[in-house]
Amino acid sequence: MVRKTLLSQRKFETILNRLACQLIEKHKDFNNTILIGLQPRGIFLLNRLISILEESHNIKNISHGKLDVTFFRDDFRRSETILSPKSTQMEVVVENKSVVLIDDVLYTGRSIRAALTALDSFGRPNEVELLVLIDRRFSRHLPIQPDYLGAQIDAIHGDRVRVEWNKNGIENIIYIEEK
Amino acid sequence: MKSDKLSVDHLLGIKYLREDDLHLIFETATHFKEVINRPIKKVPSLRDVTIANLFFENSTRTKLSFELAEKRLSADVINFSYSGSSISKGENLIDTINNIIAMKVDIIVLRHPSPGSALFVSKNINSCVINAGDGTHEHPSQALLDAYSLIEKLGNLKGKRIAIVGDVLHSRVALSNIFILKLLGAEIKLCAPKSLLPKHIESLGVSYSDNLTQTLKWCDAVNMLRIQNERTELNFFPSTREYSRLYGLDKEKFEKIKKDILILHPGPINRGVEITSDLADSENAIILDQVENGVAIRMAIIYLLASKIKMIDYDY
Repeated sequence: MVRKTLLSQRKFETILNRLACQLIEKHKDFNNTILIGLQPRGIFLLNRLISILEESHNIKNISHGKLDVTFFRDDFRRSETILSPKSTQMEVVVENKSVVLIDDVLYTGRSIRAALTALDSFGRPNEVELLVLIDRRFSRHLPIQPDYLGAQIDAIHGDRVRVEWNKNGIENIIYIEEK
Repeated sequence: MKSDKLSVDHLLGIKYLREDDLHLIFETATHFKEVINRPIKKVPSLRDVTIANLFFENSTRTKLSFELAEKRLSADVINFSYSGSSISKGENLIDTINNIIAMKVDIIVLRHPSPGSALFVSKNINSCVINAGDGTHEHPSQALLDAYSLIEKLGNLKGKRIAIVGDVLHSRVALSNIFILKLLGAEIKLCAPKSLLPKHIESLGVSYSDNLTQTLKWCDAVNMLRIQNERTELNFFPSTREYSRLYGLDKEKFEKIKKDILILHPGPINRGVEITSDLADSENAIILDQVENGVAIRMAIIYLLASKIKMIDYDY
């Protein structure tokens, strides 16, 4: 299996800072906004963005939640692997709020569709946006596009695109595993 | 490595499960407990699964709990009760069930008065079977929710002391509880009149006492069982009043032990017989937690078993 690094550490940081700034442009002080990270890997991006917003832009107390979409996926009983859930922590009311769904890689769009359905269980938001770090172009199964985008990449079907997060933020890498 | 699938294709009894299976069910139930506390308590996972609840014996909470669990998972549900069915016209069990399965049912939830009926049905039909109580044999979903409720309050059950008091002889809850608590490493003491204990029960690795106060002093939690008068016409003790005085849990005995223990009851409660109202409604009782956890546990069981049923390859 060939492993190819797609984004350098420096570029990675620049992208995260840009995404944080784009969120501020639209959501100002985040009073009416809830950031929701999708389990499992969207949580890392959510946490990094919140810490950038807090430390570099002094925006405190941003409402956020962690959403697991396993029970809302459309491939239950359709694959060999069993779908194992992760925890959901949604101690926020999304009714009449602006919600930003956050995930690391956007591929077929099916997880996002599941997330939109899952979100219904917590109220009716005013609007829902999508923020992703990596968009795998030309691979969508559904008409879903990101509103905030880190980088776009081309990868063929079957390749795996993975974002690896380091707690200290030193060795974040994005790589592609070719079949 | 932690398994992500059950080792069994049916839930016939705790006897057939491994410790891994229990932890997988508990972990999945925790996620479902979060789901059933949402404003909208339903998930679409099982929208293409049909479940038949076949109850050949009376039931209130188990039936409602299974039905609610199935509906919270978006499964299609059909219900069958013994009264008013064709069983009274002479149809046998396998024929009845095969007729129901012919209506494209994926999972059968079966309660039946004969011990071993769930195993028998699972061997004779081509569908997943969940035992919701087979006579005096096993009631696995109840044992799972009891153990889950205990773990919620006490943490790891390894070395914890659990007492089971009452009609062990006729109770499927007792047997399933013994199996599950042993598997989780708890110590078990039974407390009942000797006439209400099965022969050779000590071979299951449990101890026995006929003194309720001493048993209560020994344990961290006590599971109070109901006297199952409907299962027998024989008298196993001289009078209900005497049973209640010796084996019923009341304030006087509870205050004597001078320690906080958890009180469980699988329901239905005969207030004033095996437990008095003040204790059944006290803070030590986790009876209503058991009922809430029952739905989450049953959702987990159904979800995990359903995930092992492969989709038919439709030829569109």
